[in-house]
Amino acid sequence: MPQTFMTAKRRSLFPFLLAAALVSPLPAGAAAVSVKIDNFTFNPPELTIAPGDTVTWTNGDDIPHTVVGVDKSFKSKPLDSDDKFSFTFKEPGQYDYFCSIHPHMTGKIIVRTP
Amino acid sequence: MTHDETELGGVSRRGALECMLWAGSAVVWTVSGGVPSSISLAKAATLAEQKPFSFLQLSDSHVGFDKPANPDALGTLREAVARIKSLPTQPSFFIHTGDITHLSKDSQFDDADQVLKELNAPIFYVPGEHDIVDEEPGKAYLARYGKGTKGAGWRSFDENGVHFIGCVNVVDLKAGGLGNLGEAQLAWLADDLRGLSSSTPIVVFAHIPLWTVYPEWGWGTQDSAQALELLKRFGSVTVLNGHIHQVMQKVEGAVTFHTARSTAFPQPAPGTAPSPGPMKTPPGALRTYLGVTELNFVRGGEPLAIVDSALAS
Ligand SMILES: [Cu+2]
Repeated sequence: MPQTFMTAKRRSLFPFLLAAALVSPLPAGAAAVSVKIDNFTFNPPELTIAPGDTVTWTNGDDIPHTVVGVDKSFKSKPLDSDDKFSFTFKEPGQYDYFCSIHPHMTGKIIVRTP
Repeated sequence: MTHDETELGGVSRRGALECMLWAGSAVVWTVSGGVPSSISLAKAATLAEQKPFSFLQLSDSHVGFDKPANPDALGTLREAVARIKSLPTQPSFFIHTGDITHLSKDSQFDDADQVLKELNAPIFYVPGEHDIVDEEPGKAYLARYGKGTKGAGWRSFDENGVHFIGCVNVVDLKAGGLGNLGEAQLAWLADDLRGLSSSTPIVVFAHIPLWTVYPEWGWGTQDSAQALELLKRFGSVTVLNGHIHQVMQKVEGAVTFHTARSTAFPQPAPGTAPSPGPMKTPPGALRTYLGVTELNFVRGGEPLAIVDSALAS
């Protein structure tokens, strides 16, 4: 195959490939949602998702935080600046969580079948 | 300067505290029969000459911290140690009120130990919440500093007639809560104090303040009132904490509460910033916000002098 053709084809496929890369790790229908940690707060502090959705927390502070379920069903390592932690919520329910280093930081994930 | 608190020895408590906070200067506190008063540095120097023993408090070294507020926390700990070594009289021992490391990593504990061993004197530690974020919380900390302690690392010891109590209030923290001593430690404390005469001077040290500084930022201990209830029969109680990376003092009856500076980075005064995160200081000013606390005991007059000194003035 001539080099020029490859380049052209790759370029035209690029937007599709990018989109595929973002959704491909998830089963059909599951969504990826994010929670940002800034200024010692979980943002948004309360989030409603569907079973199978994956939540990713990112620490934007220059101090470490953790993400720990009150029922201990999930627990991150200490997240240094820009570190991420992901968890897939399979079962419906209400999941209260907090930072075990700064326990005044609390958040809530509500998993509900749409 | 406000003078809404009792004038003692010419400087109001509030006034002296402001000097410590804003000028970064050394201010000396004495406690005589449980009543605190500030004294001049000249008098403090005289007292220093007669003192039978002194100890020094280090806090919040956060070894491993490398963010803009202080890119080299190990370096400023090294500076603090060098300054202590240059004191004319070396403290008999040290207490470290926690957050030795930033992330409880073995390499961070190693680096801290490497620098602190230069002090050549015993160091009594209590953990901060940053020291117990390893996989099995507190395992690395207790392996290094847990000898002679109970539970999560609490302990007591006697030195020159003073009873020292190191408390741990950073484990089993509950969502939405503050620092926590817990039932087991409170029971141990009650037992530990039982045989002591009420005239025994007491020093309690712990990481998170044992008084409510600012609950919105988690700066307090939810069951500290139970500990203070056990201590209220004593004529002289000094409570030394860290965690908030700034000097603060409060006097309540016979109890003097004091927090020490960090050797790593300052944190904002309560409510003056969106969060208690590391505070960036003007260029060249960092060392005026960092420091250590020296405590002197003088027999006879039985005063306890608390001297906060910054790494630079
Ligand atoms: Cu946190």
